[in-house]
Amino acid sequence: MRSQRETWGDTLAELAATNPDILVLDGDLASSTRADRFADAQPAQFLEMGIAEQNMVGVAVGLSTVGYIPWLSSFTVFLTHRALDQVRMLVAQPRANVKIGAAYSGLLTGLTGKTHQDVQDLAIMRAMPGMTVLVPGDEFECAAMTRWATTFDGPVYLRLTRDPSPALFDDSYRFRPGHVHQLREGSDVLLIATGPQTSRCMVAADMLAHEGVSAGVLHVPSIRPIDTDAVVRTVGRYPTLFSVEEHSVLGGLGGCMAEIISTHSPRRLVRIGIEDTWGESAPNDFLLERHGLTATRVAARVIAEMG
Amino acid sequence: MDRPRVADPELERRARLARWHVMSTVAASGAGHVGGPLSAIELLVALYFQVLDIRPDEPEWADRDRFILSKGHSAIGLYAVMAQRGYLPVAELASFDRGDSRLQGHPDATRLPGLDASTGSLGQGLAVGIGIALGARMRGRGFRTFVMLGDGECQEGMVWESVQVAARYGLDNLVAVVDQNDLQQYGWPPDDRRDARGDRGSPWSGTMLGDAFRAFGWRVMDVDGHDFDQVIGACSDARESVGQPTVIVARTVKGQGLSFTAGRYDWHARIPTPDELALARLELGIDASGQPT
Repeated sequence: MRSQRETWGDTLAELAATNPDILVLDGDLASSTRADRFADAQPAQFLEMGIAEQNMVGVAVGLSTVGYIPWLSSFTVFLTHRALDQVRMLVAQPRANVKIGAAYSGLLTGLTGKTHQDVQDLAIMRAMPGMTVLVPGDEFECAAMTRWATTFDGPVYLRLTRDPSPALFDDSYRFRPGHVHQLREGSDVLLIATGPQTSRCMVAADMLAHEGVSAGVLHVPSIRPIDTDAVVRTVGRYPTLFSVEEHSVLGGLGGCMAEIISTHSPRRLVRIGIEDTWGESAPNDFLLERHGLTATRVAARVIAEMG
Repeated sequence: MDRPRVADPELERRARLARWHVMSTVAASGAGHVGGPLSAIELLVALYFQVLDIRPDEPEWADRDRFILSKGHSAIGLYAVMAQRGYLPVAELASFDRGDSRLQGHPDATRLPGLDASTGSLGQGLAVGIGIALGARMRGRGFRTFVMLGDGECQEGMVWESVQVAARYGLDNLVAVVDQNDLQQYGWPPDDRRDARGDRGSPWSGTMLGDAFRAFGWRVMDVDGHDFDQVIGACSDARESVGQPTVIVARTVKGQGLSFTAGRYDWHARIPTPDELALARLELGIDASGQPT
């Protein structure tokens, strides 16, 4: 298993070998985001911007206006929180061709704690007109999204995770914006997930089967745009829905689903994610357990909610 | 700068007309800013008529010099000068701040051709200018990038991120122009600085703004921002810079050009009354046909 951050750095290095317009701008975190792989492979296309994320966003916008395809390299939290106004005014509003490589998303950020965990980024970025918001579930999807985003003309937010996660796809995967993937059929409940949380939901669905609950799994890698019709068609087959995400229960995937379902196909939706609280420094297993996101905890929650 | 003060009559007329357009447009729209646009008029007229290598009839010309108004709230001043330069009809100024207008309250590059960046939230334009200048150098293009900042705007921390990075990359094709009009929207109470040019405290009282840029490795030029010859000369001298970005710290007066607005902080964003507009027309020497005498 290759982590998403490694996949991202490697994929960009491959693309840049034949496209001199691809740049990476780094906020002094390349050795964490693995943009260092790009820097090693294409040093002339790597621009260190120092610990100054707001400026970095603006510089990327300027570079985009003279035809470059700049990718930003930093931690999610610094791009979506510290540089939020710059992303809003300079990137999203003019639809600048800037790609946001947001590494270290979610809770699992390597023992850094709540200062470095970002569990509001989807809520923020998906509320931004003009922004494309992508959440890869594994390394294959990550590579495909990185390639697609580099070709697409417009701002893209790519939510990357730090640690390797089980594969959902293989190297035949092709990304289509908005597309949702039903990875498992079921009849009692539907687990709707994004990012590596989908792989934990696949395990949860196995556990639920042992308990006599037939759970489908819908993987949603493209938070914005999203194929609303496909979501509506899928959820219509299930009486009860669960959104599950390594993100706040406010405004992320669960919020997105609540908006679609309440309008087009009203039915019960339980949102599983980080409740209205901050994270903390702890090993991954502890954090997933604490916030109810392990396969075991997700399965238990489903059974409890089914009453 | 030890250049003789030689007022170019045509530029001076253009500045008066631009000031009139600022006042009349803001009065008609019932919105907009006054003090900041008026302090920047000579800088803008000098840039658009003497300094920038641009083609108003070909606003996307790839080798044009770039200009970013980072102090985006002075948009009406920029539009007034761009209109005279031929980027838009002067009559279109009447659409300022109206629905569907190309002339938004803050510059919107997606609407008006000729704008090189969208600005408004302060402190962000210099970073975009760095990206353009860096891109120009990487592509081997000879055009220059100018960014105008306000002195109040320079209180934004992001400006100093940009100042450091511009020097770090040795961007000698980048020129920052600071419209140091010595006032901001509200700011501090009046202080006793002898050189204060406004009726409240200077945004940078206690700090020499030019020295701050110099400490970061910039080439610094101080000019009278209402003196065309000094401004044009400094922009020309900036071409000589090797391996250093240049900042032109332009001493200006907020609300310059009108007796009742000059040095008055409360004219940051006031709407002229009909009487004030009449006085402005008189002081600016605008005839009945709307032209400067």
